[in-house]
Amino acid sequence: MAEFRLPKNSRVKKGHTFAAPEGARNVKRFRVYRWDPDAGENPRMDTYHLDMDTCGPMVLDALIKVKDEIDSTLTFRRSCREGICGSCAMNIDGTNTLACTLPIAGIRGDVKVYPLPHQQVIKDLVPDQTHFFAQYASIKPWLQTQSTAPPDKERLQSPEDRHKLDGLYECIMCACCSTACPSYWWNPDRFLGPAVLLQAYRWIVDSRDEMTGERLDDLEDPFRLYRCHTIMSCTNTCPKHLNPGKSIAEIKKLLVERKAT
Amino acid sequence: MSSPEASHERPLSPHLQIYRWQITNTLSIVHRLTGFALSAGTLLLVYWLIAVATGPGRFAYAQALITSWPGQLLMLGWTFSLFYHLGNGIRHLSWDAGWGFELKTLRATGWLVVLFSLIMTGVCWWLAGAIPGIAP
Repeated sequence: MAEFRLPKNSRVKKGHTFAAPEGARNVKRFRVYRWDPDAGENPRMDTYHLDMDTCGPMVLDALIKVKDEIDSTLTFRRSCREGICGSCAMNIDGTNTLACTLPIAGIRGDVKVYPLPHQQVIKDLVPDQTHFFAQYASIKPWLQTQSTAPPDKERLQSPEDRHKLDGLYECIMCACCSTACPSYWWNPDRFLGPAVLLQAYRWIVDSRDEMTGERLDDLEDPFRLYRCHTIMSCTNTCPKHLNPGKSIAEIKKLLVERKAT
Repeated sequence: MSSPEASHERPLSPHLQIYRWQITNTLSIVHRLTGFALSAGTLLLVYWLIAVATGPGRFAYAQALITSWPGQLLMLGWTFSLFYHLGNGIRHLSWDAGWGFELKTLRATGWLVVLFSLIMTGVCWWLAGAIPGIAP
């Protein structure tokens, strides 16, 4: 059942404030979610006044600046800093996105940074994604075949069939969409969520895959697939501009079509 | 990662409390709320029909209830709910057919539904002669 309030230990308290260095003229306020697993306290919001004249353009640059210059204990995931690894997915200014591709200049007022919503927090901005990736593994995200592979070449695909994977293969599994989905918030244990369903669809439409029927069988379930109520927060938030909501609709259509034939 | 024994129980990150209201999620929750409202409104309709069947006294009472200003406010809410749920229901139907998922289309059809329900609520009340001064 949906639990709208945060549990007692999760309610966010006021935190510390760090002033900007003297002489800074272009100051922006960053309010960042902090939780220390060893302190035994509730999460808190720390406020950092940063000098934008000495900061890089993206939100990730600001977080790195905080870690380098103010508080080295600030913990977050990051790697590629160019929107392809999906590590720095977090909730910024109310929506989920990648900190490395979101310009600070586009945010009005304070920049509020939270971990991805409705996740167990390991520390600060780092959520536990064990369950998310276990769900991903459950859809068998690899090519499954029954026929023997051609001995002298790869399994080929027509350009038309290859085009069916456009808009799907670009998904980097950053979990922005799944953790933006209220249905996934209320039923994370049984609903697969938009990211995993988009991936499932990626293998369903792959012309080289020979287990399409089994893949559809696995999804035909009131919770795994049909907890999607077309809220469309997923598509609205995807930092790669993909359309998980549409992928889910296509799976639903395939299930209806195969019943009809 | 520290062992589970050593660390305190992990908090749940904020969700509803912090997520931005957007046209997509707002219209979705309004669809649900209007659905609830319509179910409750059906009970009122049943009450009204029973009042009609019971006799003039009961009917007059029911009528007075509905035409009082709180009653009228509820009726206005239900009129809007009906047209909103209808309009957005058609939007859902088109999604089931696989149409209308592009972000631009999503936003356009969303606002269209809002506009449709507002206009139709007005038209409905005008036709019912409930807007003083401008009878049809």
